[in-house]
Amino acid sequence: MMRRLRPAIAPLDYTRRWSMRLWVGLVMFFLYAPLVALMVFSFNDSRRNIVWRGFTTKYYDKVMHNDMLMEALGNSLTIAFFTTIISLVLGGLAAVMLWRFRFPWKTAVEGAMALPIVVPEICFGVAMLIFFAQIGWPTDMPWPFSLGAITIAHVTFCFPFVAMVVRSRLASFNREEEEAAKDLGASEWQAFRDVLLPHMKPGLIAGALLAFTMSLDDFVITFFTSGPNTITFPVKVYSMVRFSVTPEVNAASTLLIVLTVIMTSVALYFQNRMAQSGKGPA
Amino acid sequence: MQGWRTQKRVFATIATGPVLWLLLFFIIPLAVLWAYSFGRNVGLTEIEISGTFANYAKAIEPLYLQIFGKSIAVAALTTFICLIVGFPVALAITFATPKYKPWLLLGIMLPFWTNLLIRTYALMAVLRTEGYANQSLGSLWQLSSNARVVLGLQPLDAFEPLHLLYNNFAVVLGLVYVHLPFMVLPLYAALDRLDRSLIEASLDLGAGHFRTLLTIVAPLAAPGIISGVVITFVPALGAYLTPDLLGGTDSQMIANVIERQFKRANDWPFGSALSFMLMYATFIMIAWQAQRERKLMRTGTGIGPDVGVRA
Repeated sequence: MMRRLRPAIAPLDYTRRWSMRLWVGLVMFFLYAPLVALMVFSFNDSRRNIVWRGFTTKYYDKVMHNDMLMEALGNSLTIAFFTTIISLVLGGLAAVMLWRFRFPWKTAVEGAMALPIVVPEICFGVAMLIFFAQIGWPTDMPWPFSLGAITIAHVTFCFPFVAMVVRSRLASFNREEEEAAKDLGASEWQAFRDVLLPHMKPGLIAGALLAFTMSLDDFVITFFTSGPNTITFPVKVYSMVRFSVTPEVNAASTLLIVLTVIMTSVALYFQNRMAQSGKGPA
Repeated sequence: MQGWRTQKRVFATIATGPVLWLLLFFIIPLAVLWAYSFGRNVGLTEIEISGTFANYAKAIEPLYLQIFGKSIAVAALTTFICLIVGFPVALAITFATPKYKPWLLLGIMLPFWTNLLIRTYALMAVLRTEGYANQSLGSLWQLSSNARVVLGLQPLDAFEPLHLLYNNFAVVLGLVYVHLPFMVLPLYAALDRLDRSLIEASLDLGAGHFRTLLTIVAPLAAPGIISGVVITFVPALGAYLTPDLLGGTDSQMIANVIERQFKRANDWPFGSALSFMLMYATFIMIAWQAQRERKLMRTGTGIGPDVGVRA
């Protein structure tokens, strides 16, 4: 009865074919079921992690009281924070440089800027390991400075992404606005601060969140630059995962997933707003 | 766009930071790695850059060449499965109603933003001997066994858990799991730009959906397919974590061998040579993509009048 009321499936209505729906549904199941299972079983009151034995948050309690894990999380957040700030400055400057100026070797500089995005992580990781060993980077510095090597490595692979996002934002900037500001007596710095920077802002926010998540998530490159006193969250989780599948790891992972999903949603929101305001009158 | 000479000081202020950082913390480390690949171990920690090609000679020994070949095969298989699985998904997103489209896109992108390590770990929990996959299969087995008893037949033997983890199957599954969004997003970007009237014309003229897909949609979406293939193949080839956590002793990929040279075997020059071979492979793939793209640009969007005649 209901079927007859619905309009017939048009040739290009691929999404209304049941075979397509089934396919997309299976793919989504494949992508999400393991993650959902992981999150659900972090609340399971059983060490065996398989059969549901009731709701508990005791594994979150255990994670919170696991000093090494918390220290690792603190390290990760500190690294992500400094990486974001430095990447934002460098990425923003790189974007303005490439957008505004013509200069010799520009193609080479642009290519080099894209290189950290394409070079395999493992190669960059070992390059950093050799580099810091070669220049004799001190490994016994007090706490925030001991994270310097990892932060430097993270900035290198984060700032080209920031530059990419900011540059796409700059494409919608009307140069006449800046000229008008200068005609009205603004200095180079004032025009940058009061005209160009506000326009770049959504791009900078999106870029910052991107850099923060990438730094927080990175394992391979950190694995080669971290020492015994500079364990990050993913590196610590890796050493736990190697031994077995436990509810504590589930709980720790769930925390990180929630953190990333929040960060990503905010980033997407800003990117969306950027896309919309880019369409409107400049 | 202005010449840098018109405002030398402004240009210098802007350019110094990023260019210096890139030089100091990217180009120089890679150069050091490159130099090491021509070096040799002298004593325990000393490495002498002697200009030897011994490390590259060692890298093309059958043992390592085999691992290289295997990595390429695994990455290629991963890419192929991603393409087969991802293409209908990209098609579905393209033709979804505006109400569902952003949600489907988000659905593909969200796992991509979740930590790689956590996604791999989640798969471990599914695949291990007492994992969710074996658990579900076990209860299905039990059910059918009970059904047989009800029907008056012999019950089935006890369920033998499948060995799903620590083998090549797990590695390929893990790589597909991780890289599927890399394939779907560029495919979607290409399909979304496609002129729909061409598909309609093909269907009107009597070609079936499958034939339309192969002769009209695929050539039109060629740039997207190529970039999807490269974007999936390149990280899959250099994957470290997936084979390390999901693979067995015989599923080591090139990145695992590189890691071993640095962390355990302590043969840095050889590890450097392997790293550079992996990088050359990556660059070849990217150059191939750039060259194909230029070719497609020259012949229009890939579907010229000649393709039309053939179809």
